[in-house]
Amino acid sequence: MSRKFLFLSFLSFALIVASCGGNSEQPAQTQGSTLKEPGEDDANKVAASDPSVGIGKYDKVELSTPLDNGMIKAGEQAYDVKCGSCHKLTDEKLVGPGWKGVTERRKPEWIMNFVTNVDVMLDKDAEAQAMLEVCMVRMPNQNLSDAEARSLLEFMRHNDGVK
Amino acid sequence: MLKPGAFWNLCATMTELNNIKIITHKYFMKNLSIVALSLVALAATQGCKMKSTESAVSGDAASKVYVAPGKYDEFYTFVSGGFSGQVSVYGIPSGRLLKVIPVFSQNPENGYGYNEETKPMLQTTHGFIPWDDQHHLALSQTNGEHDGRWLFANANNSPRVARIDLKSFTTEEVLEIPNSGGNHSSPFITENTEYVIAGTRFAIPIGNAEASLSNESFKANFKSTVSFIGVNQESGHMGISFQVILPGMDLDLSRAGKGPSHGWFFFSTYNTEQASTLLEVNASQKDKDFIVAINWKKAEEYVKAGKAKKMATEYYHNTLNHETHMATSEIIKEVLTLDPNESKDFVYLIPCPKSPHGCDVDPTGEYIVGSGKLAALIPVFSFKKITDAIAAKTFEGEYYGIPVIKYEAALHGEVKKPGLGPLHTEFDGKGNAYTSFFVSSEIVKWSIKDLKILDRVPTYYSIGHLMVPGGDTKKPYGKYVIAYNKITKDRYLPTGPELAQSAQLYSIEGDKMQLLLDFPTIGEPHYAQGILASKIKDQNVKIYDINKNKHPYVSMGEKATKVTRVGNRVDVYMTAIRSHLTPDNIEGVQVGDEVYFHVTNLEQDWDVPHGFAVKHADNAELLVMPGETATLKFVPKKSGVYPFYCTDFCSALHQEMQGYLRVSPKGTATPLKWGTGKTDPEPVAAK
Repeated sequence: MSRKFLFLSFLSFALIVASCGGNSEQPAQTQGSTLKEPGEDDANKVAASDPSVGIGKYDKVELSTPLDNGMIKAGEQAYDVKCGSCHKLTDEKLVGPGWKGVTERRKPEWIMNFVTNVDVMLDKDAEAQAMLEVCMVRMPNQNLSDAEARSLLEFMRHNDGVK
Repeated sequence: MLKPGAFWNLCATMTELNNIKIITHKYFMKNLSIVALSLVALAATQGCKMKSTESAVSGDAASKVYVAPGKYDEFYTFVSGGFSGQVSVYGIPSGRLLKVIPVFSQNPENGYGYNEETKPMLQTTHGFIPWDDQHHLALSQTNGEHDGRWLFANANNSPRVARIDLKSFTTEEVLEIPNSGGNHSSPFITENTEYVIAGTRFAIPIGNAEASLSNESFKANFKSTVSFIGVNQESGHMGISFQVILPGMDLDLSRAGKGPSHGWFFFSTYNTEQASTLLEVNASQKDKDFIVAINWKKAEEYVKAGKAKKMATEYYHNTLNHETHMATSEIIKEVLTLDPNESKDFVYLIPCPKSPHGCDVDPTGEYIVGSGKLAALIPVFSFKKITDAIAAKTFEGEYYGIPVIKYEAALHGEVKKPGLGPLHTEFDGKGNAYTSFFVSSEIVKWSIKDLKILDRVPTYYSIGHLMVPGGDTKKPYGKYVIAYNKITKDRYLPTGPELAQSAQLYSIEGDKMQLLLDFPTIGEPHYAQGILASKIKDQNVKIYDINKNKHPYVSMGEKATKVTRVGNRVDVYMTAIRSHLTPDNIEGVQVGDEVYFHVTNLEQDWDVPHGFAVKHADNAELLVMPGETATLKFVPKKSGVYPFYCTDFCSALHQEMQGYLRVSPKGTATPLKWGTGKTDPEPVAAK
């Protein structure tokens, strides 16, 4: 087979391909799979029902008094390691807003959803997005366990003077 | 149209690079005579019949390798980095480079071998070795199939074996091999990862003894060793269970038996002539070298019965702990050795033409394929015939007291005239074998049962190893074969004298092999391993849990940050989080102090490492994974103010993630002082 013939064949093949340019056939989409954000679908459902609780798996958080001292202590430990770099316990903004009064500003469900479902909240929750516009640094997802998140909430309530 | 120079380039590639005087490839010879007549006329009218890219790649190749943005590849492939000393990870079929895993060389990208935590990984009995040569890889197996736990890698130069964890894609362990002259025949493994093998390429005098260099001295003093490295099935930790001392020769590659041949290990050899000099000629004298067959179950029995001898030696065992984030070295002082002349009947030799490289066991475990680099045929041995020959003592003689089985008695058959320079064979699980041919630059597909050649495709150029994902296991995935080529030459845009190496992906789903894709690789790819992505990806470690961080210098939150001084050693306990370092102002350090920055990344989110660099630090920088602590040692030479900052873009305020170290002249009374200052401008309460 001569080079010339090959070249011509290739050229005609190229022309055929080019003439199919408007074809709506999709390239192979079947290779592999995509990673699905777990729980995202559930999260959206909650959001639709009541925006003030945020987006995530918490639609009802039971609070009780007096506060649980064990949770306050665990919450403070988690705060020191995972939160204290950016949030003060006063009302002073550091990287993120100070925590003073946060349990009065936000529903407990919203707080729990925000700290456990950070990226979805920052992408879709109007209140979280408004905060991002002020702080300009996305709150890091600190991979809090459910227990850590609940302890933090107890620590926040303690910080806000709840007994 | 072929450009006038193109054909000549191609042919020049073959002559220069193969560096042989016996090129008999029919296309080449034909074309060479035409070249002699008229190069210009040839270029204008007569193409080199080696297929060009245009003709070798058919129309649907692109769709077969296209992995749409956001989609995943079907396979991970782990590819040896050759003289780079590292291991690279590619997605297949796209050929996209996913990661370089540092193993036997320092790595400026993430600080491996530079930071204080990982320096011990590269420690040996001969000190810190910053750069080695990495050739072969083996994925851990259970029942002869990939299990996705670990990847083993060899250091070819300073003999070592490493274990890479497939959850974190990090090197967790490096074991030095004593009594080895170069760990080439490694790290092949048994079907349940009972053992990882380490066979010496260079015979050397045992016990690091000195000896004169001559062929006579080689015969008298030089030995080869094979180390059986036991693997703890829970932790993966390696230890040398025993070493077999063999007559001096070069062990090249090896494979464990599987199925019926489980319990045996097979090694290819060259230089059974026992030359110490000009091996190119002197080690190519005999018609046949050997495949060494070792019955390791029997060797185990000898060891259990106390037949192995304790030999005093010294070798390093380095392990990385993911909770302390630190590597530590242990020095081991003895090794058990087995001598086949004292403990009989567990080592046999099978003649194999001629300087065999590959020594590959098919998925059924019955056939062992020898690939003589200089042979014009491929011998296929039968395990059953080998064991029958041993039972019937069908030997042709002995080599240093080890029985040599008669070639014909062990032989299943020969693949006749397969090509030139057979190197290495893998399998598709459908009864077919794929052998690489370095000299004739091609892959040849043949049938194991009747030894008939079924197909051949050219490679560009000078293929070394090839790899079918799972092709060395009991159950190959059998979809692709990948050629790892020694020469890239004109395949990519030129980048000066130094070029990337190249891999080529072929579909083997149909009767005929089909070239789909070229992609460049790092270093020199020798062997590789491929595994279904689904066997690994869901176990992936995304972060290190900060609550489990047991690093002795961790800062558990900013409250725990501090700077301490003992003598001239200053330890800075620092944290990093988007987007500030704490402390970011440090004073009281003096010229000549040994300053250790222990940076803890407080992030707990995937893909948020922080970097750390200090101006004029003559050691390195750091890259710290979420939840990890890493340490940079800095000895300032001059007084002044040294800026430091985060080197890995982390947020909109990454550029602000910076600070200052004040260095005073030696002997000044500046007190230690540190902190991350008052907020400025005045605090604003956020709603």
